[in-house]
Amino acid sequence: MISGFIFRALEGKIIVAIAMLLGIAALVPALNLLTAPDSALHIPTYAMSLFGKYLCYALLALALDLVWGYCGILSLGHGAFFALGGYAMGMYLMRQIGPRGVYGNPVLPDFMVFLNYKELPWFWYGMDWFVVAIAMVLLVPGLLAFVFGWFAFRSRVNGVYLSIITQAMTYALMLAFFRNDMGFGGNNGLTDFKDILGFQVQADGTRAVLFALSAIVLALCLLISSAIVRSKFGKVLVGVRDAESRVRFLGFRVENIKLFTFVVSAMMAGIAGALFVPQVGIINPGEFAPANSIEIVVWTAVGGRGTLIGPIIGAVLVNAGKSFFTGAFPEFWLYALGSLFIFVTLFLPRGIVGTVQHGFKAREAMKAATDAENGRADVGTVAQTVQAAE
Amino acid sequence: MNTIAETRAKSLLYLEDVSVSFDGFKALNALSFVVEPGELRAIIGPNGAGKTTMMDIITGKTRPDTGKVLFEDTIDLTKKDEADIAQLGIGRKFQKPTVFESHTVWDNLELALNRDRGVFGTLFYRLTPEDKARIEEILDTVRLTHRAREYAANLSHGQKQWLEIGMLLAQEPKLLLVDEPVAGMTDAETVETAILLREIAKTRSVVVVEHDMGFIRDLGVKVTCLAEGSVLAEGSIDFVSSDPKVIENYLGR
Repeated sequence: MISGFIFRALEGKIIVAIAMLLGIAALVPALNLLTAPDSALHIPTYAMSLFGKYLCYALLALALDLVWGYCGILSLGHGAFFALGGYAMGMYLMRQIGPRGVYGNPVLPDFMVFLNYKELPWFWYGMDWFVVAIAMVLLVPGLLAFVFGWFAFRSRVNGVYLSIITQAMTYALMLAFFRNDMGFGGNNGLTDFKDILGFQVQADGTRAVLFALSAIVLALCLLISSAIVRSKFGKVLVGVRDAESRVRFLGFRVENIKLFTFVVSAMMAGIAGALFVPQVGIINPGEFAPANSIEIVVWTAVGGRGTLIGPIIGAVLVNAGKSFFTGAFPEFWLYALGSLFIFVTLFLPRGIVGTVQHGFKAREAMKAATDAENGRADVGTVAQTVQAAE
Repeated sequence: MNTIAETRAKSLLYLEDVSVSFDGFKALNALSFVVEPGELRAIIGPNGAGKTTMMDIITGKTRPDTGKVLFEDTIDLTKKDEADIAQLGIGRKFQKPTVFESHTVWDNLELALNRDRGVFGTLFYRLTPEDKARIEEILDTVRLTHRAREYAANLSHGQKQWLEIGMLLAQEPKLLLVDEPVAGMTDAETVETAILLREIAKTRSVVVVEHDMGFIRDLGVKVTCLAEGSVLAEGSIDFVSSDPKVIENYLGR
């Protein structure tokens, strides 16, 4: 049953993408660790970490594509799930500092000593165990998505209303996490990490492993997403996107379908956040900012929603552009992002991958048309193929 | 009283004194309506007579203010939602053909097939030989075998209507509600559709809402005329269309 489910996921493009991601997972750390710093092939650690960060964003965009591209739920709050996953990992990393903090308190992280905490708040218990932290990375975003989705989908909140309340959700969380008495470090968030599982976070080797993990986890999530969208469930998802009432009158529980997808997507976003934090070295409430969630939508739209691979490409390209612009012309980045979104909406509504795929279909249709002229296909098929391409 | 109880006991669908109003407008006014197992019934009536509202109530989209809606005498439909009611065996075709345009004709039918509709049931679903045979059979019934691998978006209007009827058949309903199946169809398609619906009604009950009197005549079944939310007349097409109230309200002089 499971093997059939996974096997179905392995369609041409997905196999190539997974192979490329696994190749990157091996090659980039190897070029970082095994080549001399002055070699032409050497990849510096900062570049590797930067690329690792893009891969986390790519996973986040993939998660959004599952709910937006396939199920039609435009979530403007996916940054919240990412940030919660990041905070769970950050809490683990904080507890690993132990007595090496500025105040030398063996139990309390620095910010708690500074804010006069006498003991560890209950929700920090157990976060010094990696397994617990990883469980929280999945559970906290998953639970939030479940509770939020349970109410929203059951009351049939749809379209722009749903988008607005997801945006409100991430905004509310941002305000909450900014407060010092929430117990998550307030404005400064969690930082100054030292080790992860006993390895130095800053060490080249650790960074290489984190990079490789990001690529592997992205490949794995791509595989799972592909298995989901290519199953009958995935077809129902597209049905919900295109004709929700038809799905309902066929006897499907649309709210459960949406809820499952939303929770899976939130968990993926949480994993992305957890991989992001040790590579970037900080998590603060700014990650909950509504603008961040909107940026995820831009990456996904640029790459091509409803294509799985598109959002990955979109996230990497847009963020590479962002790194370039914020370095070269810092004041122009926001204008560039805005123009990009307008450009994509007007001229590339299918996104990069969507447009390329569409182009291939159109070319096939052209070919069929030429064949028909040479008398090799009947006219009916041509008309249909041409129509399909349009 | 005995006769009412008997009617109810052997009915497939039983509506009694159903009323519903929207913002003070009485869409249905003490409507009573019975469908027997295996019956093919046509419903006519002017715009705003409550035809679509009646379907909304039967399929759980709208809740009635008062009245009884029973399926197979025991199941109270007013307590169920759309998905429950669909699973009980009531299929509904919308006025505007509603199919999944970005799926192939085959996939449309596969989705509609009466199988486990849960999240995990669909995630791990595999097409069995029986399901394949069933889909092929339906494709044949709705005359779409030659277009099975095409996207539903590329079908003609009439073919979309048939595909939707095919999807309802895949649901294996006991009762089929069909809202204006021949709207926008060519004459030839209309005739074909009448044949198709009669074929379908051999194994289940079908309720057809239509404006096309020629089509109703082709069906040759019992007709119910609704007006202002209640039943105006019921009987054969000739009986109903000669009723002075029906002529005044609907057919015109």
